[in-house]
This record gives sequence, C-alpha cells and structure tokens, in this order.
Amino acid sequence: MARASEAPAASELSGPAQHGLELYRRMLVVRRFEEAVQALFQRGEVHGTTHLYIGEEAGAIGVCDVLDERDKVAGTYRGHGHSLGAGVDPQALLDEMLGRETGVCGGRAGSMNVIDQAHGLIGSFGIIGGSISAATGAALALQRQGRGGVAVAFFGEGTTNHGYFHECLNFAAVLRLPVVFVCENNRYGEFTPFEDVTAGDIAARPQALGLPTETVDGMDVWAVREAAAAAVARARDGEGPQFIQSMTYRFVGHSRSDPAKYRKPGELEEWKARDPLKVARERLAEAFGVSGDVVDGVDAAVAEQFERIVAQSLAAPYPTPERDGAREFAPSTS
Amino acid sequence: MADKLEFRRAIRDALDEELARDDRVVFFGEDVAKPGGVFAATPGLYDAHGEARVFDTPISELAITGAAFGAAVCGLRPVIEIMFADFLPLAMDGMVNQAAKYWYLSNEQAPAPIVVRSAFGAGGRFGAIHSQSPVAWFQNVPGLKIVAPSTPADAKALLKAAIRDDNPVLFLEHKRLYSLKRDAGEHGGEEVATIGEARVVRSGADLTVATVAASVHHALAAAETLAADGIELEVVDLRTLRPLDVPAVVASVTKTNRLLVLEEGPLTGGWAGELVARVGEEALGELDDVWRLATDDLPTPYSPPLEDDFLPGVEAIVAAVRARLGARVA
Ligand SMILES: Cc1ncc(C[n+]2csc(CCOP(=O)(O)OP(=O)(O)O)c2C)c(N)n1
Repeated sequence: MARASEAPAASELSGPAQHGLELYRRMLVVRRFEEAVQALFQRGEVHGTTHLYIGEEAGAIGVCDVLDERDKVAGTYRGHGHSLGAGVDPQALLDEMLGRETGVCGGRAGSMNVIDQAHGLIGSFGIIGGSISAATGAALALQRQGRGGVAVAFFGEGTTNHGYFHECLNFAAVLRLPVVFVCENNRYGEFTPFEDVTAGDIAARPQALGLPTETVDGMDVWAVREAAAAAVARARDGEGPQFIQSMTYRFVGHSRSDPAKYRKPGELEEWKARDPLKVARERLAEAFGVSGDVVDGVDAAVAEQFERIVAQSLAAPYPTPERDGAREFAPSTS
Repeated sequence: MADKLEFRRAIRDALDEELARDDRVVFFGEDVAKPGGVFAATPGLYDAHGEARVFDTPISELAITGAAFGAAVCGLRPVIEIMFADFLPLAMDGMVNQAAKYWYLSNEQAPAPIVVRSAFGAGGRFGAIHSQSPVAWFQNVPGLKIVAPSTPADAKALLKAAIRDDNPVLFLEHKRLYSLKRDAGEHGGEEVATIGEARVVRSGADLTVATVAASVHHALAAAETLAADGIELEVVDLRTLRPLDVPAVVASVTKTNRLLVLEEGPLTGGWAGELVARVGEEALGELDDVWRLATDDLPTPYSPPLEDDFLPGVEAIVAAVRARLGARVA
C-alpha cells in the first residue's frame, strides 16, 4: 500500500496509470523537498550539513511503495528520501531541518538523525552501517513478533566495505531474518570513486552468503519497485534476507560543502539524461498514455504544496530549553 | 615576523614535514589523500609523498585502526584519520585493546606508535552524532596519550610531537578551530612541543580556568568581560588531556586559590572530574573554591537555540563565574 499522502487525483486515470502518476508525484515531492532544503541552507535556515538525495529518488519511492504498516525502514544521513518514502510528513520533516519545535524530532535531531516511529522509520543513521544493523535488529523483532513484517535497510555502496555490512549480512542470513538490504550505488563514497576502495563486485558479496541478489536500474522507479516487490514478498514468506543493488547517481555534491570536482567528464550529464523524473514522465506517456498536461498538473500542485510548506516552516517556533524539557532517562514502564 | 598560520594548514604542514623527515611515517584514512580530507586539512600530501605513503582507505574504521596498530608494531609509524570523533567507537578496539596495551604486554619489546587524528566538538549544528567530545571515553586507558591543541602553532608543534612519540596518541582537532588563523610563531613558535605540558595563556589573580581546544578561546573571551568587573582569570590551556599536567594547574591554583575546570562534554564522568580530583589530592590547602562547568548529561541538540544553550560558551562562563565569586572578589 502507498505510504505517502494522497495524490491530487488526475481524475480520469485509473489502475497502473494512476499508480504510475502517484509514483512520479512522490519522487517529485522528494526532489522539491531537497531543493527547498538546499535553498534554505543557503539562506542560513538549515544548519550544519545536509546530504541531498537529488537524482536518487526512484530508490526510496520504488522500494517503500511495496511496504505496509507492519514494515520498518532504516535510512541514512542521506535520508530525506527514505523518510518521505516511509511516509514522514514533509512539513514535520522540513520543520526538523530548520530546527523548529514542530519538527518530527522537536528540532533535536536535524538532517542526519531523523526518527519517526509512527511511520515505521526507525531512524536515519549518521554512522555508516548504522542503518544495516538497525534493520537487522528490526527484522529480528519482526520475526519474533510473527506478523509478517519486513525491515528495509538503505545504504550506499561505500558502506559495503564496512564491518557492519559484513557482520550483519551474515547474521541476518544465519537467522533467516526478514530484511531487505538496499544498496544505493551512486558510484562515490563522499569524494572517492567506489572502485578505488572496493575489491571485486559488490553483488558477489551478498551472493557469497547465499542472499538472493538483484541489480536494478535505480533511475527507473518501476524497475526498483518490481525488484523490491519480489524481495519483500520472499522476505515475508520466511525466505530470509534479500539484497538489491540499485544503480543510481547523485546530481549534487556529497554534502553541502562539496563542489564534486571528482566526477568524470560527462558523467553527470549522462546520468542527468536518465533523471528518474524524466524517465518517469516518458514512461507515463509511452506506456500508460498519460499526457504531458496531466503531469504538468502534478508539477503545479507539488510546487504550490511546497510554497505553503516552506512558508509554514519559516513561521514555526524554535524550541526553548524549557519547553524542550529533555530528560536523560526514559521513565521505565515495566 | 607575524606570519599567519591557519589551523588546518598547521595540521597539513606538520604531516608534510614529518612525512619528509621520517620515511617510516605513513598517513591514511577516508578521503584524506586524493580529496585532501573532508575538512580540507590534508591537501597536497598525496601529490608530495605518493601513494605508498599517503592513501585513501575504504570506509572501514575497524580495519584502518587495527591495521595501523599492526603496522606500527612492525616498524611503520602510521598516522590515521578517523574523520569525526563520533566514529571513534568503531575504531576503539584497535586503540584500546591493541595499541595501548602492546608496550606493556610485550614486556616492552616494542612500542605501538600510532597517531589517530580526529575532528571533534560541537557548535557547528552537526547534531548529536557529529559533535561529541570523545575524551572521557579514552581518558582511563593506560598507555594512550590524548592531545587537543587550541592554536595553529600548537597544532603543528603538538602533531609533530605526536608523530615522533613512541606511544599511541589520540590527536583531537576541534572542528571550530580549523579556520582559525594566528601567528605562526605564537608562544615562541617551538618546533616540536612536549606532550603533557600545559601553558598559562592569560595571567590573573582571582580564578584559574583550566581547559583545552576551542574552550580556551571561550575562556579568554570571558576573561576580558570579567576583567571589566574586576575579576581576573588565569587561563591554563592544558593542551594534553592524558597525561594531565597537574603540576601546572597546582602552580596556578597556588596563586589564585580558585579553580574552574571547563569541559565541552557531559559533566558526569568527564575529564574535568579527574582534574579536580588530582588538584584536590595534591593541593587541597590551596583551594578556596573549585567547580566544573560542562554540559548537561544529554546528547548535543541540533536546533540552534538548544545547542547554544547546551554548550558552556562565553556567556555561560561569565555568568557562572559571576554567580560563584562575584561577591567574594572585591
Ligand atoms: C562510521 C562512519 N565512517 C565515516 C563516515 C563519514 N561518511 C559519511 S557519508 C560517507 C560516504 C558514504 O558513502 P556511501 O556508503 O556510498 O553512501 P552515499 O553517501 O554515497 O549515499 C562517509 C565516509 C560516517 N558517517 N560514519
């Protein structure tokens, strides 16, 4: 079931066309969200650092589309897309970026550490590999609880060199945990091309541990969705951990201070030609007969939505230490 | 000559000079070589010294630190970077269980000379997992030294000393200092500092403030404000947190009879408590007052008003000192 908020119905559509348009809309929400964060950063309203998901939207939206209320999502510091995919309210998420009291974590967390239990987002993890271990543990809980829930971990290809990756994949395989590991391969870990620091083929790693592994076009939301649907179904059926490598690209620097000088000549342009929004627009027209006008209507509605969201975030109050009222320890309930 | 030196440049120059001086020195970490470091502290070293001496690693803190230890006990002198100090828990085994114990366990057959450079500290709105001070985590590890410079000149002289030291050294660079520019020859411009020596950076008769790194600057700024009230602070830059230069603090306290230890980190179990204990043991008779100013026992908040309130900055120091001894100093 869809976890994001309602589509502005292009009322004449139905079935796969309508669903496709909704996937497009959700990717666009992520794109506009990230653009808003970038602009607000430049205005000094978002602080510290941010890691944007621009170019990678099909990953989170394609995967999260096949999840339901039982499932759990663990994202990363590049996590706004993971959060929105899981169903976090864009208003509460943007308020968090701006450090406002109305933020999803009351302004305590900021861009790299968003948590929204109500929407199954167990966290956005600022430590490399943190999402992998958290999802592994979530899967342990879900398995023991026996309601068919599945956990999803998002992480980058650079993270496949981390101890957390190797330990958790084996751990999950041994326990046959219902977890889907989604490696978003955007070719660079910070400023370093992955081939400079990664031996062999990434997909061979989970395969060596016996995990069903699929590499997909991460710029095509339908391709990602299809792979995710199959992986999540197998995990739900008790077939143990699954692995998806989604080939993608970030169109912006690693974090806000990165001019991305390390890119190979022409690489960005090549990938931009396969912008997931562009790919989706073309597919909507060709495969589903959705006219450009209908898609333009979605664009206009999302633009208008973001004008409201940004204005409301900027008007939201900051927390005060008194109202924040942080307590060191949780009061025990059992 | 008052040549200005930027803190990040000081780090780079110290590495550059030590790589040139001693071919056993190697430097590696995540994004440190070709990209020159995420804090732009190590540009050009890869070009100057080549791939065999300066290289980028996978994102593998356990391997980076464990391998640095193994190489160190076989004749190299590795300097590694753990990008943010918040990631040090992932590197901890190599430091705590391997490197720091080796000299003792081997019955002094060989030392384990590694330097672990790491950026630490809050105030940059980086949130709870990119803002911590790791000092207390490592403070009770025998065999490990901990250094945290406050100025560019000191950063250079102390990093050179750390690289030449035969023991594992945790070398902490406060993020808020990277862009600080000061005289290269500040404090006499010593070439190689002595690890374990504190320095009085402001003299005053009424209260000793002992601290390190960015907090030294906060203490100095607070001292200016308080001087207008007639309260004269003596500021001691500890420079090294393990071993602590207790004699230097005792000497200062013998003059001022009051001690404030300022720590950017949670109060409970912090290094400030250790310093207070040591000074109390050795100079109780000299003390009319002693207390600590640190953060609440909570993670670092992201939101600007929360983070500003959380950190013991200039205003907090001024307020605390006024509240504590305003009436007593005439
Ligand atoms: C344990 C740890 N080490 C290092 C970092 C610093 N760091 C943040 S993002 C990143 C690169 C990650 O690359 P990848 O896994 O490919 O994900 P991407 O950022 O490309 O999405 C690094 C090294 C970190 N956050 N945590």
